[in-house]
Amino acid sequence: MRFFSEINKGIIRDNPIFALVLGMCPTLAVSTSMKNAIGMGLAATFVLICSNMIISLIKDVTPAKIRIPVYIVVIAAFVTIVDMVMAAYLAPLHKSLGLFIPLIVVNCIILGRAEAFASKNNILNSMADAIGMGAGFTLALMIVATIREILGNGTWLDFRVLPKAYNPMLVAILAPGAFITLGFLMALINMLKARK
Amino acid sequence: MGYLGEIFVMAMTAIFIQNFVLSRFLGLCPYLGVSKKLDSAMGMGMAVIFVMTLASAITFLIRKYLLIPFNIEYLQTISFILTIAALVQFVEMVIQKNAPALYKSLGVYLPLITTNCAVLGVAILNTKAIRPDGVTAYNFLDAVLNGFLSGVGFTFVLLAMAGIRERLEFSELPESMKGMPIGLILAGIMALAFYGWMGFKI
Repeated sequence: MRFFSEINKGIIRDNPIFALVLGMCPTLAVSTSMKNAIGMGLAATFVLICSNMIISLIKDVTPAKIRIPVYIVVIAAFVTIVDMVMAAYLAPLHKSLGLFIPLIVVNCIILGRAEAFASKNNILNSMADAIGMGAGFTLALMIVATIREILGNGTWLDFRVLPKAYNPMLVAILAPGAFITLGFLMALINMLKARK
Repeated sequence: MGYLGEIFVMAMTAIFIQNFVLSRFLGLCPYLGVSKKLDSAMGMGMAVIFVMTLASAITFLIRKYLLIPFNIEYLQTISFILTIAALVQFVEMVIQKNAPALYKSLGVYLPLITTNCAVLGVAILNTKAIRPDGVTAYNFLDAVLNGFLSGVGFTFVLLAMAGIRERLEFSELPESMKGMPIGLILAGIMALAFYGWMGFKI
């Protein structure tokens, strides 16, 4: 049952955004709408799962001294695949995520999981870890995006939630809104944790 | 507009209008992680300026003389990140050998820079950027200059943040706000202040 506990761990207890505070750049930059958040979350999860599996397979033949460059090449290869597939089949999403797709390479979550988990565990557990972490990342992105899209645009996944008369709070979609939303969310989580 | 004027425009854009941290969301991990003390923020900032300038120069040359002639531009992400990782390692070794004093102050920050998305970000943005005249792509000098100026912009907000956070140590905060949450909210207020520069057409 270790497989499922590894998945669980990433979603709540070791959530990459709220608990480990990794991968902040994409979280803040692409959480302007639910669509972007889901797209980014799935892209990062795909890269995470594939790279964790490959790295766990090659962990015994990788010399310890050059392991980081090896990991980076594996990750970069999958990021290139995602980049090209998205450009071909999901062009509008690719355009709105823009620079942040190639930047998945330097997302600390992916290299961090490769170094901390996949390089020490077997392929099945590494996959579970990647699924959990990816789901946790996507979930966190979706929470931030929900707040920002509803406040800043009055919609959720392009469905109108607030009435037309609502005057959108534009700042929520702009850069400052991202920082402030995430700041208050983290404070809330700290508060809930302290109460337990 | 002379070349000096163009440099001025690029500087204003990179440091204030399109600040790497506050409006482009690049390099947030060091911005939030290394901004607790003014000294370490200074060290990190200097290391980032140095690496960003060098990385801009080398990735520009790689793209122009390797990727484009051989028609392998889809390898851009892999080649750029490998170059940056190798460059950081190389710089670390050179500094350690030739300038031990500098290594002592910058050393610990150098390995962290490989995964700083600002460095890869500036390299990729340079490939797409357009010069102030609005038509031509960046030439070598522009790319290097943009790398340097973006690094300066990063250091500028990093230092400002560290200065504020040092004072925050003595303020009374609700328990759950301490640390990261208040840091993020501060960053939000700073970003709001930087929005004053938006729409500032030069």
